[in-house]
Amino acid sequence: MSSPAASVLFDVPGPRGRLRNRIIGVVGTLIILAGLGGLVWGLRDQLTADKWAPFLRADTWINYFVPGLINTVQAAAIAVVSASVLGLLLSLGRMSFNRPLRWVSTVFIEFFRAVPVLMMMLFIYYLFIFAPFFSGLFPGPLVQLKPLIAVILGLTFYNSAVIAELLRSGVNSLPRGQTEAGLGIGLSIGQTRRLILLPQAVRAMLPALVSQLVVILKDSALGYIISYPELLRSSQTLASRWSNSIASFLVAAALFIIINWLLTRLAGALESRTRARQAGGVVRIDTVNIEERADGPDVPLRK
Amino acid sequence: MQGFLELLTQYNVLAAFWMTIRLTLVSAVGALVIGTVVAVMRVSPIPALRAFAGAYVTLVRNTPLTLLVTFCVLGLYLFMNIALLPRSVGGPTQLFVWAVVALSVYHATFVAEGIRSGINTVPPGQAEAARAIGMTFTQSLGNIVLPQAMRGAIAPLGNTLIALTKNTTVVSAVGVAESSYLMKNMIEFSPQFLFSIFFLMALGFVILTLPVGVFFSWATTRLAVDR
Repeated sequence: MSSPAASVLFDVPGPRGRLRNRIIGVVGTLIILAGLGGLVWGLRDQLTADKWAPFLRADTWINYFVPGLINTVQAAAIAVVSASVLGLLLSLGRMSFNRPLRWVSTVFIEFFRAVPVLMMMLFIYYLFIFAPFFSGLFPGPLVQLKPLIAVILGLTFYNSAVIAELLRSGVNSLPRGQTEAGLGIGLSIGQTRRLILLPQAVRAMLPALVSQLVVILKDSALGYIISYPELLRSSQTLASRWSNSIASFLVAAALFIIINWLLTRLAGALESRTRARQAGGVVRIDTVNIEERADGPDVPLRK
Repeated sequence: MQGFLELLTQYNVLAAFWMTIRLTLVSAVGALVIGTVVAVMRVSPIPALRAFAGAYVTLVRNTPLTLLVTFCVLGLYLFMNIALLPRSVGGPTQLFVWAVVALSVYHATFVAEGIRSGINTVPPGQAEAARAIGMTFTQSLGNIVLPQAMRGAIAPLGNTLIALTKNTTVVSAVGVAESSYLMKNMIEFSPQFLFSIFFLMALGFVILTLPVGVFFSWATTRLAVDR
């Protein structure tokens, strides 16, 4: 966050300005505190000690939150890997010189981006239930894997389109000299791409990929709707036992926020590390026309 | 094919998409209002407001939308029985309003970040010139910086609107009768048309989001501030 003195939007306040700012600050804080106080008052029945006592018991964490967290992280981790692989293939297809291949990849990317993740997830889930062929892929006890695979595939399709676009913009962000140098030493255009451009593009998009992991982790909560026992679902299962719905929601939200905040910090650190070593700079997720930007917490005001 | 057409007469696909559109439009207005206020707070000279706006963005943006929606509807409305409208108003409208609140609160963070990146596109000389002729923070922000920032923020705001359109499907988790809720019902009762139903619904979203994307990339170049 830029300090007031560094901001271009306002002067360093003088004595009267400081007084005025302090008054607005105090009044604003009071209004916000009143709003929060109203919320706490409205929820007072749910904020009593007995609603929170279950969170001090070991079995709450062993049976609900830890398995929920593991399921959430597991779905997100598998999805980010498979989305990366599919995304790489799609970006190669979209940049290929083979026209039909390029068209097919473009149509896939645009389709996956237009369809809501939840709809894709529901479709795959019902495919596993109702289509005889797909349902046959889960014999016997494997049947309980259906929600997990549906969550993973739903996340994979959407995010592979995002990653494909990230890679493409990574290749485009490299200086022309990189391609020219590759061609100059006698590599074919395909070799130049594979050996020179793509490795740099992959490194340029690593920070954006970690930010995308935040989006994937948040979207894995959609598994709640197809009864995948992830963090949100298990927190509500717990709530039905102790009738402390609000408290369980708040604890689940806190866990999500902590994990995502740490990931965002990691992305920021990776970005400043990568920026020092790249020819073409870092691909930022907001340059790729991607809807949900999960970039660093602070876009600093330009000095 | 005959059966599928018959299915379409049983379910009102257009009404479901109309619900999606209404959710999108009302939430877009809510998100724009909250997001602008938060963005102004984030660049204001008052540390307490800056800190609050920063905390709001960090907390809400890292929370899954599914959690916000279920918290508002299952937690606050159904479990705590907190209604935003008078009790005489029917259940579906109460649900709709809570869903809009959750969607607005969540997408306001993206709007705020978009406007902030728009503020970054305004050259410092503009704000400096405004201060030099004696404008206060409110005057310089309201008359000089924000109008240009909004034009610079059109691309991220358009992306947020598209994301919002698709994210309205999440409120089917609490039973708002929009498109993905209808898709779920249709598939559960006529699984033999699984593929046709999915592609019909997916096509609906392509039709909804594609023109918005085209319009916003046109508007981005059309309204860009010539520097």
